Amino acid sequence: MDLLPQIGEMLPRILDGFLVTLKLTILSLLLSTVVGAVLASMRVSPVAPFRAFGTSYVNVFRNTPLVVMFIFVVEGLPQLGVRPRFTTLGLGYFEMYAIIALSTYTAAFVCEAIRSGVNTVATGQAEAARAVGLTFGQTLTHVILPQAFRAVVPPLVSVYIACTKNSAIAAAFGVLEATGQLSSLIEDFPGSVYLAFFLLAAGYMVLVFVLAGLSSLVERRWAVSR
Amino acid sequence: MTEAATAATDTTDTDALVVLTGVNKWFGDLHVLKDINVTIGRGEVVVVIGPSGSGKSTLCRAINRLEPINEGEIRLDGVPLPAEGKGLAKLRADVGMVFQSFNLFAHKTVLDNVMLGPVKVRRRNAGEVKKQALALLERVGVAEQANKYPAQLSGGQQQRVAIARALAMQPKVMLFDEPTSALDPEMIKEVLDVMVELAQEGMTMVVVTHEMGFARTAANRVMFMDEGKILEEAQPQEFFTNPKTDRAKDFLGKILTH
Ligand SMILES: Nc1ncnc2c1ncn2[C@@H]1O[C@H](COP(=O)(O)OP(=O)(O)OP(=O)(O)O)[C@@H](O)[C@H]1O
Ligand SMILES: [Mg+2]
Repeated sequence: MDLLPQIGEMLPRILDGFLVTLKLTILSLLLSTVVGAVLASMRVSPVAPFRAFGTSYVNVFRNTPLVVMFIFVVEGLPQLGVRPRFTTLGLGYFEMYAIIALSTYTAAFVCEAIRSGVNTVATGQAEAARAVGLTFGQTLTHVILPQAFRAVVPPLVSVYIACTKNSAIAAAFGVLEATGQLSSLIEDFPGSVYLAFFLLAAGYMVLVFVLAGLSSLVERRWAVSR
Repeated sequence: MTEAATAATDTTDTDALVVLTGVNKWFGDLHVLKDINVTIGRGEVVVVIGPSGSGKSTLCRAINRLEPINEGEIRLDGVPLPAEGKGLAKLRADVGMVFQSFNLFAHKTVLDNVMLGPVKVRRRNAGEVKKQALALLERVGVAEQANKYPAQLSGGQQQRVAIARALAMQPKVMLFDEPTSALDPEMIKEVLDVMVELAQEGMTMVVVTHEMGFARTAANRVMFMDEGKILEEAQPQEFFTNPKTDRAKDFLGKILTH
């Protein structure tokens, strides 16, 4: 069995798959970070209904299996007539649904990572900010979040890594991202199941290493600038 | 003055700056402020003393609504404290507060600590604010530390920066909650000196402290609190030499023997 030519045949398809994985992941991370940050502000807000909403969101979506989210979004939403209004980066409807499911779910975890960081900042800091006359939003952006940032990075990166791996669930819903390519490779190269698996695992490892590397870079930068 | 015309809408006493009427506050079942009625005049320096847990901090924090009250009304310059929101933030900008634990913004330099409020809340020009901030730091004697972070300063220096930060907002009244009780003895004086000077310049001040020396030299009035009530109010001389209630006599006996 000749390895090199087989790798040569598999690689383009795997790379294609990872390109889709990358798009899914990046869009989901962006979306879930924005939503998660808004949710975290709600959870620490002085307005009780906001707090209640943030808490309910986290409780519902953090405790729902991701597959349930996918089935609900991919199969349930079209039944309700909800369709993505637009697609982007050359992605189709199924990919957009996957992004919606993934970021709705991940936002709950992002929210909790940010909130845990906020809780590491002493309450006296927020009181002093309010006493100076800063509004709630200004207190968050100028005093709490900059100090919470360093404490937020490690848990946030774990959430991001989980999200990257979770994007694989989209394969079960007809999205040809990296994991989806694995199924089709196994069909086309039944003799090289191990090889296909290792190539795929190596791809995910590279993604995760890149994420972890970026985060330690950010942490170091932040440490120096203080 | 146009200011006087707007401020004097429904207060009969135009010189009253902070007015608490029938204020009650509970922490759960614990009644911490009991029917408090206090009027603090413009330029007046009021020292609040009393045993631990008597509600001094809560009273102080109620004045800028860091602690919301359950009953009664608090007016600042004729205006009732608004509920949480933009209006409250605006009001707090007019009330300076100095905490026992300094609470300087740990991620900002001393200069940025002082500049944050005027720039973000008052939306003043940063160059102008910087000049004023440096002058304030000079005045409280920490100008050389302007570019350091709070953690690099001694407690006494940090507390003086905190006073400068509050003053930078040009507040109508300053609240001090035990500003020297977290300090080593040799640093207490440098903070008290700044406060005495402030009092002499006519700043309206509410000071929770057990520093009798400060009360004697700078206060117009001493309020003695016990179990959520104001038991006695008198001029310092009168209060220290001739306390009326047994609780006050008892309390003074304890702290003066130390
Ligand atoms: N956030 C809170 N929740 C519940 N109880 C509180 C809270 N803050 C204060 N208390 C209680 O309210 C009472 C009054 O507290 P406060 O801090 O006003 O007293 P104090 O006179 O400032 O005391 P000290 O001299 O020790 O600072 C105390 O019995 C205290 O335990
Ligand atoms: Mg206290």
